[in-house]
Amino acid sequence: MTLALDDVKRIAHLARIEVSDQEAEGYLKQLSGIFALVEEMQAVDTTGVEPMAHAQEVTQRLRDDAVTETDLHAAFQAVAPQTEDGLYLVPKVIE
Amino acid sequence: MLNASLKQLSALLAEGKLSSVELTQSFLDRIGQLNPSLNAFITVDREKSLAQARAADELRAKGGAGALTGIPVAQKDIFCAQGWLTTCGSKMLHNFVSPYDAHVIEQFNRAGAVNLGKTNMDEFAMGSSNETSYYGKVKNPWNLDAVPGGSSGGSAAAVAARLAPAATGTDTGGSIRQPAALTGITGLKPTYGVVSRYGMIAFASSLDQGGPMARSAEDCALLLNTMAGFDRRDSTSLEREKEDYARDLDQPLAGLKIGLPKEFFAEGLSADVAKAVEAAIAEYRKLGAETVEVSLPNSKLAIPVYYVLAPAEASSNLSRFDGVRYGHRAPEYTDLLDMYCKSRAQGFGSEVKRRIMIGTYVLSHGYYDAYYLQAQKLRRLIAQDFVEAFKHCDVIMGPTAPSTAFNIGEKSDDPVSMYLSDIYTIAVNLAGLPGMSVPCGFGGNGLPVGLQIIGNYFSEARMLNVAHQYQQATDWHQQMPGGI
Repeated sequence: MTLALDDVKRIAHLARIEVSDQEAEGYLKQLSGIFALVEEMQAVDTTGVEPMAHAQEVTQRLRDDAVTETDLHAAFQAVAPQTEDGLYLVPKVIE
Repeated sequence: MLNASLKQLSALLAEGKLSSVELTQSFLDRIGQLNPSLNAFITVDREKSLAQARAADELRAKGGAGALTGIPVAQKDIFCAQGWLTTCGSKMLHNFVSPYDAHVIEQFNRAGAVNLGKTNMDEFAMGSSNETSYYGKVKNPWNLDAVPGGSSGGSAAAVAARLAPAATGTDTGGSIRQPAALTGITGLKPTYGVVSRYGMIAFASSLDQGGPMARSAEDCALLLNTMAGFDRRDSTSLEREKEDYARDLDQPLAGLKIGLPKEFFAEGLSADVAKAVEAAIAEYRKLGAETVEVSLPNSKLAIPVYYVLAPAEASSNLSRFDGVRYGHRAPEYTDLLDMYCKSRAQGFGSEVKRRIMIGTYVLSHGYYDAYYLQAQKLRRLIAQDFVEAFKHCDVIMGPTAPSTAFNIGEKSDDPVSMYLSDIYTIAVNLAGLPGMSVPCGFGGNGLPVGLQIIGNYFSEARMLNVAHQYQQATDWHQQMPGGI
């Protein structure tokens, strides 16, 4: 697979990371090197192999549908960049 | 006192020959003296540490002391600790004072251990040299021009330089074992699920596992006794009976079957590392072990598989850093999207951005099957190799890293060459197995070499026994860097 500069810019946008044209050039070179390494995977025939998502075959635990957490919003919002009246503030989304 | 084991320190505390305040003070003084040249710690807070030490002394006076009460332990800065700056080595969290404790931190607090400070690390645990930390590179105490390994390089350097009697680390692809090898200390990555990931800032959740880093296997056993345990807040924490990981330390090794994977002694391994590892295996034969050749034919694919799966998980995990709820927010932006893009561009370093982009790409439409799904299938083949190998042996041994510590700057511009430092450790994470690194000699440049011990699932007590018996017969783990 060959990456182009536009691919890098598109990926960066999907990842919500601003990149300058100059940075994108650098990432293109490095990501291409990494993908060349990753390409070795394609040589193996994995027909019939079950994908392994996890190291342990465990099922999700269930718990009773009851309130177990205490209200810690003041402590958690103390580390937020901007809050008001218990709400997180972000730039206006809807005009 | 600097070279005392945790058991010896605990005995001194119990006999009243030493208080936790004195012990903590002496390590804090040493950190004050040596950390400026090593940069092993990001945050040191004398007042907080000493307050915990005083509390530990009081607990002991009341008769409530356990094995780790009053013992100072350095905590990797990936573990959230209430009231402590917790940066994960990133500018993104430069202002994050954690409002809660990780399970591991809670366990140490409950045991009455003292948090000696937060250790430096590769940013978000992504790196093998500790060069990606926003808080500066960590130096290897054996040679200040060399890297300490990563990502738990601050913890490794702190233990090697005797700035801390013990420390915690985390290991996603080798981040406990590789720095342990490069700094001449002992480190253990437990079976996936043994140590809770709650409050341990996530990198690749299906691989991340916390573990102890100390000078000996015996010390690691005591630390793991405190760190391990079921925690309902981690959905992959395993519900198992509490076990004493030190219970088998003194068992003899006669009849132990050691598997030597031929792939681990092939091209790419430095001659000096091979020599030290082979000498260690000869020592095991003297202790009564037998060796058998095993094969891990798919292990050569571990690095490509890892560099699909770990970035994929990371791209999802790190999407939480958006400048809204915590961490860095760009000072200027035009709208919400611009705020996300600028906050993340400013908050993350280049290695983290590279991995987020790789992950975003392999999960994107049209590439999922070819990359992500193929990697998951290969992960199963890699894990099955170990299942097959463990039919013929009790433990697997080989080198931890292909060379001794490389120089700062040597690989930092070439990600692929850096990634190859973890060639022997990554397969263990993919399989979810426990792995250790034990010091076993020195390379041609006088830097430490690590022997890797890989065990079957939940065989930590046996691995610690295997490591401890070697450490009773050799003194590599007691060597101390010169000039400190």
